[in-house]
Amino acid sequence: MTEIYAWAAIGLIILASTAGDVLLAYSMKRVGDVGELWKQRGALAVLGRVLATPTFALGLAAMAIAFYSLLFGLSWGNLSLVVPASTSLTFVANAVAARIFLHERVSRRRWIAALLVGAGVILMAL
Amino acid sequence: MTFQKYLVLAGITVFATAGDALLARGMKELGGVSLHHLSGLLLAILNPSVAGGILLLIAFFACYVSALSWADLTYVLPATSSGYVFVALTAHFAFHEVISPTRWLGIALITAGVGFVAAGPSLTPVPRIDSRDPLSHEVKS
Repeated sequence: MTEIYAWAAIGLIILASTAGDVLLAYSMKRVGDVGELWKQRGALAVLGRVLATPTFALGLAAMAIAFYSLLFGLSWGNLSLVVPASTSLTFVANAVAARIFLHERVSRRRWIAALLVGAGVILMAL
Repeated sequence: MTFQKYLVLAGITVFATAGDALLARGMKELGGVSLHHLSGLLLAILNPSVAGGILLLIAFFACYVSALSWADLTYVLPATSSGYVFVALTAHFAFHEVISPTRWLGIALITAGVGFVAAGPSLTPVPRIDSRDPLSHEVKS
């Protein structure tokens, strides 16, 4: 039974962290190149503009949900299952989500990279 | 990609790795935090290692969102994973930890994946929608 809880937590971690990453990436693309903005308007303008983007706060909230799901997952499942399973699958989920929601051109090169990194993370945890 | 942007990507890896390591060291120094004494978590910030770890993780987050402002998510994410390799190699060469063959294979796969992405373009070339905004940099397709 605890295994079902662990996998439910893993699913929640993947969902929340992917949503968080996509929301943060979307927000920062709206803010624009931070380095340029800093040079032209200064650090306070960067901070103001980032904080004025509502999706940024949503992204942070999603990241917080992912973090707490990880804590819950760790209380039900083994460290060696929960961490590699959630991180490696998040890489693949992010590639899919970036293509659908951010319209990024996920080339074959990037698909292969997502799969290689995902597999590598699993191997390192074995 | 300018040299400065590669520095930001390197910052993501280094700050995340060092921050996690410091945080882990600090929490071990404190011992287990019981669920019945959650106030212990607040006091944990007073530990120098924990405080340093938190500062480094804030630096990591700043680098991460800054990279997302000029590069694709599918470019930045694999780049951050080189931290795993960094930690394993440090453990091996500095602390003489033994790395199993499967771990070496994992290191090779992650390195290959990161290299694959880093060699490609960092941003999908699409024209900006809000072209009225003078600060949004236009990307020529």
